[in-house]
Amino acid sequence: MFKGLQGALSSLGHRVIEGIWRIGAGARLFSYICFYLPEIFKRPRLIVREIFSTGVLSLLIIIVSAFFVGMVLGLQGYNTLQKYGSSESIGVLVALSLVRELGPVVTALLFAGRAGTAITAEIGLMKATEQLSAMEMMAVSPVARVIAPRFWAGVISMPILAALFSMVGVLGGYFVAVPIVGVDSGAFWSQMQASVDFRDDIVNGVMKSLVFGVVCTMIALFEGYDAPPTAEGVSRATTRTVVNSSLAVLGLDFILTALMIGA
Amino acid sequence: MSDNIVEIDNLSFGYKGRLLHKGINMVFPRGKVVAIMGGSGSGKTTLLRLIGGQLNPNVGEVRVDGDVVHKQSLDGLYQLRRKMGMLFQFGALFTDLSVYENVAFPIREHTDLPESMVRDFVMLKLNAVGLRGARNLMPTELSGGMARRVALARAVALDPQIIMYDEPFAGLDPISMGVVCNLIRSLNDALGATSIVVTHDVHETFTFVDYVYFVSGGVVVAEGTPEELTNSDKPFVHQFVHGEADGPVPFHYPAPDYKREVLRGHDV
Amino acid sequence: MERTTIDLWVGVFLALGLAAIFGLALKVGNLTSSNVGETYTVTAAFENIGGLKPHAPVKSAGVVIGRVDGIVFDSKDYEAKVTIKLDKRYQFSKETSASIFTAGLLGEQYIGLETGYDEEKLQSGDKIKHTQSAVVLEKMISQFLYNKASDTKSSDTSKAAE
Repeated sequence: MFKGLQGALSSLGHRVIEGIWRIGAGARLFSYICFYLPEIFKRPRLIVREIFSTGVLSLLIIIVSAFFVGMVLGLQGYNTLQKYGSSESIGVLVALSLVRELGPVVTALLFAGRAGTAITAEIGLMKATEQLSAMEMMAVSPVARVIAPRFWAGVISMPILAALFSMVGVLGGYFVAVPIVGVDSGAFWSQMQASVDFRDDIVNGVMKSLVFGVVCTMIALFEGYDAPPTAEGVSRATTRTVVNSSLAVLGLDFILTALMIGA
Repeated sequence: MSDNIVEIDNLSFGYKGRLLHKGINMVFPRGKVVAIMGGSGSGKTTLLRLIGGQLNPNVGEVRVDGDVVHKQSLDGLYQLRRKMGMLFQFGALFTDLSVYENVAFPIREHTDLPESMVRDFVMLKLNAVGLRGARNLMPTELSGGMARRVALARAVALDPQIIMYDEPFAGLDPISMGVVCNLIRSLNDALGATSIVVTHDVHETFTFVDYVYFVSGGVVVAEGTPEELTNSDKPFVHQFVHGEADGPVPFHYPAPDYKREVLRGHDV
Repeated sequence: MERTTIDLWVGVFLALGLAAIFGLALKVGNLTSSNVGETYTVTAAFENIGGLKPHAPVKSAGVVIGRVDGIVFDSKDYEAKVTIKLDKRYQFSKETSASIFTAGLLGEQYIGLETGYDEEKLQSGDKIKHTQSAVVLEKMISQFLYNKASDTKSSDTSKAAE
């Protein structure tokens, strides 16, 4: 009994220490990335390539999910709002929920699953097959050549994907509200425009997705860079990327929302 | 300027208190091909990483061209590594780049040559390893031996003074093995470089190296030219060179008495 | 520098992103109506602002002509001091009065301006003198109940007088 408790406590302690250690190591990696910032401007081509694999290849999943999310919001919103005789407000509901919350958050979750795992697996395998070591031995810093371009590509891609998600989602809501349930098109847009504020809603949404971009990409990169160079290690790291990114996104979303509403 | 390009001086290294190397001394004269041999797990690859500055020794030092490796700043270390080329055990080619781009990689990273000159260099190196025709293939389309040769072309792309080979023969068929042996010797002589070969393939290695170090239990147990070692009557060298199963290097991992362990739980 | 298909796709991606942000700003958001060039600032003091918030619209004849910039409590007069940004294109008389209205029964609150007859125009930094506070629902209900009670009482007394 006592022994079991002791074991549980000591494993808890180990996990806490491990967690703190990893946060510190992640911060160090981040500082290296910032240190190599000038290198990146010398070779924008590297970032372009990474934007292709993180951003462009995520386009399909983002657009399709956004359209469906928008349509569902439209249907559910209509169902509820028509009871109060205010089905024209459907545009407001769809736009505000997308721009403020669903756009940045769902995009970040999809990004973690689509692009984050790819980054972790790729870097983990590059490490396992000694490609990173080989680069170091060629006097080329893997952080400058491999890690940093992926980081900046992720930070650039995320707000763009989130903005696309919101826009396509609004179109999805429009598609349900106007042609299908028959809300007036003018009322749909004008009510939306009257209630969605550029600075308070749209800019804040973009800022959120920027923060999520930094966090999700950083987690994916760190898990890959830190993965034990074995098949099992890489697969565990990939799982951790999704779990940690999702937790970080949802937790940070709360903090950011509190800050933005408070401000 | 010293005659030795790499000197390892009283070097000890280990992980978490378990020492892998216990006071190793080696010298690698300029222009020679030197082999480091030893059983699996004797820390041969670690020695290469210590020379390349990817690991730092606990005691002692490694000097490359007179500079102590582990006392360099990051910039200094990168300057030193510009003098080295390393062939990794399985090639470690960049899987997202073609053969051509792999060989061009160090040239593009470290020079600002125009594309036409990069192309000439890459073709020269690929021709030296006989794979000029494979330049548009991706690394996954290559056989193990071909990948090793491409990696070799990449390692020598910038004409290094030191070329390090980590198990260059592991997993190769006899023909590829012979090809790689010849390449190591001919590239070394053509570039006027010094080669350090880490391997446990006695017969292949003895045909082309100038000098051999035997490492076991963290120390250099024997050294000499291949002829001296073949005729050596030191028990370890004899066992290793002739591939005997049991000898000074025991067949069994240290374990309790076999009879007692088998009969555990029975009354004897 | 030779171009590749990847460049093309990344270009498409970035253009789509820009288009989405523009679309959000112009079609979904109110960038067109809130950011109308130059503004001038006036203040107005209200006894009670009800649920008025910064960024709330300021309307005249139902047209949005400005926004509420800030609200502070004036601890000298125990009033709410509201700063309003008005569009430079619209000029108002010095005698303008400001009232706080509610859009619909439960909608957001806004400030309505009604111009006066004074020839002199409001300048930046001026104070709107005539103000009417927000209607507080609770006050209205209690007043209604009180009136109702006194009505019944007076009708009772009149009955008694008969």
